Amino acid sequence: MKTVYFDNNATTKVAEEVLEEIKPLFCELYGNPSSMHTFGGQIGRRIRKAREQVARLLGCEPAEIIFTSGGTESDNAAIKGTLAAAPDRRKVITTRVEHPAVLTACRELANHGYTVVELVVDKEGRLDLADLEEKLDDDTALVTIMYANNETGVIFPVDKIAELVTGRGVVFHTDAVQAVGKIPLDLSKSNIDLLSLSGHKLHAPKGVGVLYVRKGTRLAPFMVGGHQEAGKRAGTENVPGIVGLGKACELAAENIEEENDRVKFLRDKLESTLLQKCPGSRLNGDKDNRLPNTTNISFEYIEGEAILLMLDKYGICASSGSACTSGSLEPSHVLRAMGVPFTAAHGSVRFSLSRYNTEQEVDYTIEKMPPIVDKLRRLSPFVSA
Amino acid sequence: MWEYTDKLKDHFFNPRNVGEIENPDGVGEVGSLACGDALKLTFKLDEEGRIRDAKFKTFGCASAIATSSVLTEMIKGKTLDEAAEVTNKDIANYLGGLPVQKMHCSVMGREALEAAIENYRSGGKKKHELEGRVVCNCFGVTENEIERVIRENNLTTVEQVTNYCKAGGGCGGCQGDIEKIIEKLQGDKVKEIPAAATRRVGKLTNIQKIQLIQQTINEQIRPALRAHGGNIELIDVEGDKVIVAFRGMCAQCMLAEFTMKDLVEARLREFVSDRLFVEEDKDSASQPHNHRG
Repeated sequence: MKTVYFDNNATTKVAEEVLEEIKPLFCELYGNPSSMHTFGGQIGRRIRKAREQVARLLGCEPAEIIFTSGGTESDNAAIKGTLAAAPDRRKVITTRVEHPAVLTACRELANHGYTVVELVVDKEGRLDLADLEEKLDDDTALVTIMYANNETGVIFPVDKIAELVTGRGVVFHTDAVQAVGKIPLDLSKSNIDLLSLSGHKLHAPKGVGVLYVRKGTRLAPFMVGGHQEAGKRAGTENVPGIVGLGKACELAAENIEEENDRVKFLRDKLESTLLQKCPGSRLNGDKDNRLPNTTNISFEYIEGEAILLMLDKYGICASSGSACTSGSLEPSHVLRAMGVPFTAAHGSVRFSLSRYNTEQEVDYTIEKMPPIVDKLRRLSPFVSA
Repeated sequence: MWEYTDKLKDHFFNPRNVGEIENPDGVGEVGSLACGDALKLTFKLDEEGRIRDAKFKTFGCASAIATSSVLTEMIKGKTLDEAAEVTNKDIANYLGGLPVQKMHCSVMGREALEAAIENYRSGGKKKHELEGRVVCNCFGVTENEIERVIRENNLTTVEQVTNYCKAGGGCGGCQGDIEKIIEKLQGDKVKEIPAAATRRVGKLTNIQKIQLIQQTINEQIRPALRAHGGNIELIDVEGDKVIVAFRGMCAQCMLAEFTMKDLVEARLREFVSDRLFVEEDKDSASQPHNHRG
């Protein structure tokens, strides 16, 4: 059975071009870039190139790129490093819908004497900037707000937020793990101070990420014990990961617009047909300001894990905000923050596409999904026959 | 991804006896949309008082649907007395086992069956009601229910109880209470479980002790309370007496007396000293939150 992969916000396929680029780095060019000999030293050039490739995609300078082990490390480093560099400020502002990498790090700060403000969202998942403005004060060390939501794809007006926050002399970090490679962004025209991205979300391997640190941003080093990454992040470089991420960024920069049009077309077709064909279905999140690849649909009165398992039987991969998929007993914190009722939160399914998806796969899913919903609704005590 | 048995998958993909019996002899409805799973069981008896037909409707995950389906298969042909003997363990065993986090699905099946039998025996009048003291407010689980899953499944930890009936899986405020129930029922068995001795520092100065108490509250206690909008503040330490105040949801919780205090005390004894006891400072709870860094 063919796999239809609609879970690209979880992770993506490594691009063939990326794999080609990193293959020789395991058994042939395995040197340490810090070594004095040519064999190791030549690797440094490849890292330099990767840094330039990432910088080009983001519209920043190569020196502003720090390679990390992934999105979670970048988020932790940005938050903890900023606070360590500003010991006199004790307040952090974030949102209720952040990825756990940010939300858990922030909530932990509350145990260490920090005031943590979690901004609320409306039922479409949007922020109220006036609310943010009101909460900003001289005690605020950091504002960390995601670029695009992993569950709903809702995009926050991050450039506007960055302008507002940095205008008040506060450091602004954004978790852009879901945005980079999916929508164009240009840091040269933005006030963002810190930005996290993750390799495996844009067709690079797992275990590599980036923290962008705008020149002049005070950030305490977050890993010590070596001179790598300009002393900001010690540790021998993950050379294949870094080189792969560079290549993936180059591919994204080349193709982003054309691909997004195509991905968006597929997403829209999948979404509108499912909403039309499946009874009791509703879209979660702001329809207009959204990633082109993501759709989050709730199927009322039925449960997400059951839907996923039935899709899985047909080789279709998606994910759900249902409690039962995670082993916890409560559904998605993002959907709950948006006020999505329990009737719908337990039955949410996220489809996230990539440039490797085809219209045929969308049609196949459109064909399989309505009978699944129908079958589960017939089982549900909350749906009358 | 869950490890489901082939039998479970079969009952999920091909559920038996779906629907509702018209004019049933017994109806059992348990669970709710908020909880994430719900089951409506109906049955009809034959002339000899055996279950001739049973049908179900279930909202929930694959294992909830599969356990409902096998339940209807298991009880067909049984007298009500025989059916009443079916335990959640029987249901889980029939499926070749359930992932431990999904055991509550089998308990839901048994509850629905009981509710349906009760409904029949009361002449169709009685609906399922919670009996006894509610221990877990988040999922509405009573002391009777917790005692029952402990007894029937020989449970010895709070985590197991949560897996079997959800109690303690929300804000975590009732975990201390659940621990006491386990201890009451299982007494010796709890002690039998080999557990690593708690590593504790030797003699502490007063300042070290207070710091350790604060750290334990920060790292071990507060996260559980915060999950449901509650909070805790260390007010003072006088000798072995630790005075705390509950904030937010916890402060208004009617059960704070039983559950919060026990939870806090248990954790502090585990991480700091056996001799500690906790007192709640009710006066400061009504005052606005003042930040104490």
